[in-house]
Amino acid sequence: MHNLSHHLRDAPISAWIGIIIVVFYAVLAIGAPLLAPFAESASVGKQYHPWTAPHYLGTDALGRDVLSRLIYGARNTVGIALVTTALAFLLGATFGLLAATIGGWFDAIISRVVDVMMAIPPLIFALLILTITGTSVIALILVIAVLDSTRVFRLSRAVAQGILTMDYIEVARMRGEGMFWLIRKEVLPNAAAPLIAEFGLRFCFVFLFISALSFLGLGIQPPTADWGGMVRESAKLISFANFATFQTATFGLAPLLPAGAIALLTIGVNLIVDWVLHMSSGLKE
Amino acid sequence: MNPILTIILKRLLIGLLTLWVVTIIIFAAIELLPGDIATEVLGQAATEESLAAFREKFDLNHPVYERYISWLSGAVTGDFGISLANQRPISELIGHRTANTFFLAGYAAAIAVPIAVVSGMLAALYNGSVFDRMLSSSTLAAISFPEFFVAYILILIFSVGLGWFPSLADVDVDTSLGERLYRTFLPAMTLTLIVLAYMMRMTRAAILNLLALPYIEMAHLKGIKRWRVIAVHALPNALAPILNVIALNLAYLIVGVVLVEVVFVYPGLGQILVDSVSNRDVTVVQAACLIFAATYILLNLLADILSIIANPRLLHPR
Repeated sequence: MHNLSHHLRDAPISAWIGIIIVVFYAVLAIGAPLLAPFAESASVGKQYHPWTAPHYLGTDALGRDVLSRLIYGARNTVGIALVTTALAFLLGATFGLLAATIGGWFDAIISRVVDVMMAIPPLIFALLILTITGTSVIALILVIAVLDSTRVFRLSRAVAQGILTMDYIEVARMRGEGMFWLIRKEVLPNAAAPLIAEFGLRFCFVFLFISALSFLGLGIQPPTADWGGMVRESAKLISFANFATFQTATFGLAPLLPAGAIALLTIGVNLIVDWVLHMSSGLKE
Repeated sequence: MNPILTIILKRLLIGLLTLWVVTIIIFAAIELLPGDIATEVLGQAATEESLAAFREKFDLNHPVYERYISWLSGAVTGDFGISLANQRPISELIGHRTANTFFLAGYAAAIAVPIAVVSGMLAALYNGSVFDRMLSSSTLAAISFPEFFVAYILILIFSVGLGWFPSLADVDVDTSLGERLYRTFLPAMTLTLIVLAYMMRMTRAAILNLLALPYIEMAHLKGIKRWRVIAVHALPNALAPILNVIALNLAYLIVGVVLVEVVFVYPGLGQILVDSVSNRDVTVVQAACLIFAATYILLNLLADILSIIANPRLLHPR
C-alpha cells in the first residue's frame, strides 16, 4: 500500500486531474439520494422552468429537475457501465488466460469465434441482437459485455502468452504445478498492470457505447435518469436557443450538460489510464 | 507463383470466408426471434388463411438452408426481400438511403484524409514541438467525446449562434450537389472531427517508427537534404502504414455515421436501421446490418491488401 502512495506523490498533474474527476463522479453516484435536491423521476415543477432557484439547471419537458436527474444519472449510467465492464472482463480474461494456458484446439476454436465476432462492427452487432432480445437493461448489459469481452480476450491472451514463455513458468510446470495454480500465482500477478489499464479503456468504451445506445432510444429506458437518454430528450430544445439573453441561451445548453458529463468522465478515466500505462512501461525498463 | 500474390490470395480468402460466416450470423437473427413470426406480427387473433398467406409471402414454408440461399442470392443482387413491418420491398426503402450514407461518409473522408495525413507527417517531423503536443491533447478529446456531444456543439455554434449552416440535414433525390454539400456540411464536420485526431496520431506513429530505423539515419549521415530523406527514402515505406490507416478509418466512418445521421435527421441507412430496431422490423435490420458489416469487412480487407502491396520489401523478394 505504501507503494501506491509513493506513486501518487510522483503522479503528474494530468493524473491528478483525472483522479479528482473520477472521485467527484464517484461521490455523486454513491451519494445521489443525499445530494440531489429533488427525486429522480418525479414531476416537481412546471415544464421548462428557467435556470433559477429552486431548479438551478431548470426542468425538462415533464417538469423534472434537471440537476437531480444529472446526479442520479451518475449512479445509473456509470453503475451499468461498471457492471458491464466487470462482466466483460470476467468473461474475456477468463477465456483469454485459459486459451493461452491450455493452447491447442481450445485456443484455436475460441480465437476463431472471437475473430468472427470482431469482424462485425460492435454497434451493428449490438443493434442486430437488441432487435431480437428487445431493449431491457439486462439484455443491454449482457450484449455489450459479450461483445466487449472479445477485446479483453485478445489482450489477456497475448499478455499471458508472453508470460508463459518465461523460464519461471517452465520451472513451475516441471515442479508439477496445476494449471489454475499457474494462472493464479504466476500469470495473473504479472499481467495485472496491462489489465488494469485495459479495464479503464474498456470502461470508457462501454460507457460511451451505452450512452450512444441510450441516445438512440435503444439503451437504458425512461423514466430512469440516464445521460444518453437525457441528451435525446432535450435535443429538440437546441433549435429554440439564441444568445440574446442568458435564459434563451440555456436552451442550447440543455443537451450539452448530460453530453458534457459523459465527455468529462471519459477524459478523467483516460488521464488515469495514460498514467498507469506510463508507469507500467517505466517499471519494465 | 509470386509470393506476394499468394499472400494476397490467402488474405482475400480469409476475408471472404469471414464475410460468409457473418452473413450466416445475420441471417440466423430471424430464426432466433422467439415464437412464430407470423403470429407475432399478425397477432393472436389472425385467421388460419391470413397466417398461411403471411408465411407464403415471407417464404417461411421452406427449410432454413433453402431460405438462407435465396436470401443471400437476393442480397447479392440488391434484393433484400420485404419489410416485416410495412410489407414494402426493402430495396425500395433503403436504396436512396444507402447512397446518402455513402455520400456522407465519403464527404467526411474527403475532408479528413488529406488534413490527417499531412498534419500527421508534420507532427512526426517536428516531434515534441507545440504542434505535436497540441495533437496529443486533441486525440484525448476525440476519443473521450461522444459523437453527439461534438455534433451539438457544432450545431450550437454554427447553426444556432452564427446561422451559417442548417441544423437539419434534409436532402432528397432532387437536391443538387452544391446544395447537398452545404446541407450536410455539419454532419460531415462532426465525422471529420471524430476520426481526424485518431488518423493523425496513427500517421504520426507510422512515420516516427520509420524515422527511427537505421537506414534513415544512414541517409542523414550521408548528408542528404532533409526533404529528400523524407520524400525518397521514408515515403515509399510509409505508404503502406498510411494507406492502412486510411482504410481502417473509412471502415470506422461507415459505422460512426449511424449516430451522426440520427442527430442531424439525415435520411440515411443508419437512421432506418435505428428505427427498425425499435420496431423490431427484423428483415430491414438484417439488410442494413449486412450492408454495414460487409462494407466494414471489405474496407478492412482492402486495408490489409493495400499494406501488403505497398510494402517494398514484399514487392522485391530476395
